Amino acid sequence: MKQLTTDVLIVGGGGAGLRSAIAAAEAQPSLSIHLLSKVYPMRSHTVAAEGGAAAVTLQHDSIAAHFEDTVAGSDWLAEQGVVDFFVKHAYQELVQLEHWGCPWSRQASGQVQVRRFGGMKTERTWFAADKTGFHILHTLFQTSLKYPSIHRLDEYFLLDLLVHEQAIVGVLAIEIASGELLQILASSVILATGGAGRVFQFNTNGGIVTGDGMALAYRHGVALRDMEFVQYHPTGLPGSGILITEACRGEGGILLNKDGYRYLQDYGLGPETPLGQPQNKTMELGPRDKLSQAFWHEQQQGRTIQHPQGDVVHLDLRHLGQRYLLERLPFICELAKAYVNIDPVTAPIPIRPAVHYTMGGILTDAHCATSIRGLFAVGECASVGLHGANRLGSNSLSELLVFGKVAGEQAAAHCSQTKVSDAVMQELTDKAAGPIRQLRQGDGTEQWADIRQQLAQTMEQGCGIYRDEQGLTASLLAIADLKRRYQQLKVGDSGLAFNTELLHALELGFSLDVAEAMCQAALLRKESRGAHQRRDANYTKRNDKNFLQHSLAYYQEDQAPRIDWQAVDCSMMPPAARLYGDAAKQQAASTSEKPV
Amino acid sequence: MKQPETKPSDMQHLSVAIQRYRPEQDDTPVWQSYQVPYDDSTSVLDALHWIKEHQDSSLTYRWSCRMAICGSCGVMVDGTPKLGCKTFLRDYPQGLKVAALANFPIEKDLVVDMSRFLQHLTTIKPYLIGEPSLVQAGSASAGSDQPSSAALQPQLQSPEQVKRYQQFANCINCGLCYSACPQFGLNPEFLGPAAIALAHRYNLDSRDQGKAERQPALNSKDGVWSCTFVGFCSTVCPKGVDPAAAINQGKIVSTMDGVIQWFSPKQLDATPQEPTS
Ligand SMILES: Cc1cc2nc3c(=O)[nH]c(=O)nc-3n(C[C@H](O)[C@H](O)[C@H](O)COP(=O)(O)OP(=O)(O)OC[C@H]3O[C@@H](n4cnc5c(N)ncnc54)[C@H](O)[C@@H]3O)c2cc1C
Ligand code: SF4
Ligand code: FES
Repeated sequence: MKQLTTDVLIVGGGGAGLRSAIAAAEAQPSLSIHLLSKVYPMRSHTVAAEGGAAAVTLQHDSIAAHFEDTVAGSDWLAEQGVVDFFVKHAYQELVQLEHWGCPWSRQASGQVQVRRFGGMKTERTWFAADKTGFHILHTLFQTSLKYPSIHRLDEYFLLDLLVHEQAIVGVLAIEIASGELLQILASSVILATGGAGRVFQFNTNGGIVTGDGMALAYRHGVALRDMEFVQYHPTGLPGSGILITEACRGEGGILLNKDGYRYLQDYGLGPETPLGQPQNKTMELGPRDKLSQAFWHEQQQGRTIQHPQGDVVHLDLRHLGQRYLLERLPFICELAKAYVNIDPVTAPIPIRPAVHYTMGGILTDAHCATSIRGLFAVGECASVGLHGANRLGSNSLSELLVFGKVAGEQAAAHCSQTKVSDAVMQELTDKAAGPIRQLRQGDGTEQWADIRQQLAQTMEQGCGIYRDEQGLTASLLAIADLKRRYQQLKVGDSGLAFNTELLHALELGFSLDVAEAMCQAALLRKESRGAHQRRDANYTKRNDKNFLQHSLAYYQEDQAPRIDWQAVDCSMMPPAARLYGDAAKQQAASTSEKPV
Repeated sequence: MKQPETKPSDMQHLSVAIQRYRPEQDDTPVWQSYQVPYDDSTSVLDALHWIKEHQDSSLTYRWSCRMAICGSCGVMVDGTPKLGCKTFLRDYPQGLKVAALANFPIEKDLVVDMSRFLQHLTTIKPYLIGEPSLVQAGSASAGSDQPSSAALQPQLQSPEQVKRYQQFANCINCGLCYSACPQFGLNPEFLGPAAIALAHRYNLDSRDQGKAERQPALNSKDGVWSCTFVGFCSTVCPKGVDPAAAINQGKIVSTMDGVIQWFSPKQLDATPQEPTS
């Protein structure tokens, strides 16, 4: 086994990981920083983000407005102090990226362009055509090459955290190319391992988005917060789940059912806006949870369209015209052509909701610190408290930057290595190597592909857009059974070098734990809020009396997690009804606009 | 992976031959054939998934996004470098052959060693060099209660200025162009199409002042002059980056550098515009 000692270890080379690496390097250039990732950083799923990153930019916009949109969007489950910090720092972070070379789209005057985004009152989403995540990720990756203190461990897979007396002392990883284990001693560790969308069948996520970091922190006793909140994106391609960005609707795209009717007006999002005149927070620019739920109802009533790969509705962009589409949405045109053989200039794109984003994650405080000393978490794997029950599109890319910086600086500041004896290190490492040893020797009859497929199906069935007790209980039973079968896994590939089957098996182990936490938290949240919608008779409404609280899932071996509840910081804007379309305007007219 | 609604048994099948290499058991790569169910939407990547999940779990390849943006899944399809996730079985009615990207050392099956490629990217200093001009971008400054007065503001850059380099900023680092490049095949020290295109991207950026720092690498024997202008790199690029144009323009800049260093440095800005493509 190889060994390595470093000051700050960052696991994850996506937007959050890279931003923290740069922040740590800038805070203390003398520190040694290692960035470990199971894929080359520019393959991280941040690359797939299309739409943009939010920050208050225009004269007529305000910090208070971004705050309100985010808190209302979260259905009052966001930590308001955290949101306040976020909205105040997002702009500087986007400017910082501009200074690092990000090719933001511009106005004729040379100033940065902003576009509309769902759930936001005002245009405040910065974009780089429709490849914003791609450009952010490459800008950060390329900029990180400037810093001699950032060392990369590309294609290393995190196996486990080494934790001693509630303090992080390092990690155990595997070099994918050789299959050799690597023990890393580190004073601080940042988890920036991304979300867990792949535990569902239809999702917009890349194959690597399997919840690894969440599961590892959780197994070491850190709570996973608000895991029941899983965002469906209303517009994924049928079959593959590939995302068709919300920016399509920001630019004026409309949604039609099988009768060619703009059905969103029937779901509290109207009135219908004239073609080519999209209005913030109305119709197609309502929030994602409401739009996905509307699809579900249309499907129940037989008003969706049949497509070879399942039921769909139509996203119509034709009225925007070829020139505009190629300028603003070139990637969408490319994706539609390649994956559903549709030219958006001449035909509507078939779409359906697909799992997109995990609002919940590793519980951290406002400084990205977890309950394990020296262990930080940031980005989609973390729950710093920004998104609550529903994330607003374009808030998370900004989150990676704002809190990536915080995490990097905090990790750099925390550089007191907890001293542990060699014997203790040996013991921790030995334990950490347990699962991979077991998989390598395992001689059961189960295949990872079967178990993963069944996990994805049961999550879709029991823990989807609408949930009820019966479905969730069934999914929990199914997961418990899959976990038993997982113990009988046989990895067919016995090679050491680049054994992706072994890695998939490990990822599946992580996914099973994360999925279980999602279902258990969903079962116990007996109300409907944001992305979590219950169909059971008494739970179809938001219930602030009992559930204006975060769920905290604590790992328990051999049984579903224990769920605790944590108060929400509502100190700046008291809970109110969450309204969109005309209803929101009426509400705004009758109450004061700026409670902050 | 995609889950076709129809059962695989009802679907058409196609023969997919794959070049296998397991370092611990094979001395040289060997070909293996599989019958893969497919429909109109099945990509080469979907076919690899199907084989891994149903026929041979040891089959090894890279992938992640499955939407042609992460750059992981480059392979040779019938001898041409392609993204597996953006190449469809429907276009190969006679069957197809899939192999690891040419010109890179094979690690296992379809996985190649990309470290040289990463090294070349790093060599050309792919980041903005020089202090940002702290232009106050007028009304672009944030709304009323934005904190911090002396805060950074974005630099101005017109859409035309963005357009000058944008095409070269679209590279997904897939490496297909290196597989297509006979020069890189002969001399792995050659910086290669993507790295030169990336250098060009920063050189063309109105916010950058690093051209002189990048020039030595570009102008070296393993830089632009290694290229014999075959142009296959641009043909295979899945993102329309046109690295051949970047190299060609780089040659002009390098030639002019030799001449211009006697004249005023200002003329360096006479970088040729990229051809419209
Ligand atoms: C298709 C799509 C479009 C989106 N569009 C937008 C948008 O327009 N605006 C917006 O604000 N948000 C958008 N989002 C959400 C946003 O992009 C993500 O939340 C964000 O990019 C996540 O970044 P991250 O750095 O946390 O994780 P990722 O970018 O997913 O990176 C995770 C990293 O962790 C590493 N890792 C994971 N597990 C391990 C392990 N076991 N060992 C080693 N390394 C590991 C991976 O290699 C990777 O480098 C979109 C999301 C998707 C899926
Ligand atoms: S230039 Fe094109 S082919 Fe070459 S690495 Fe970039 S995207 Fe791939
Ligand atoms: S899997 Fe990402 S480019 Fe093909």
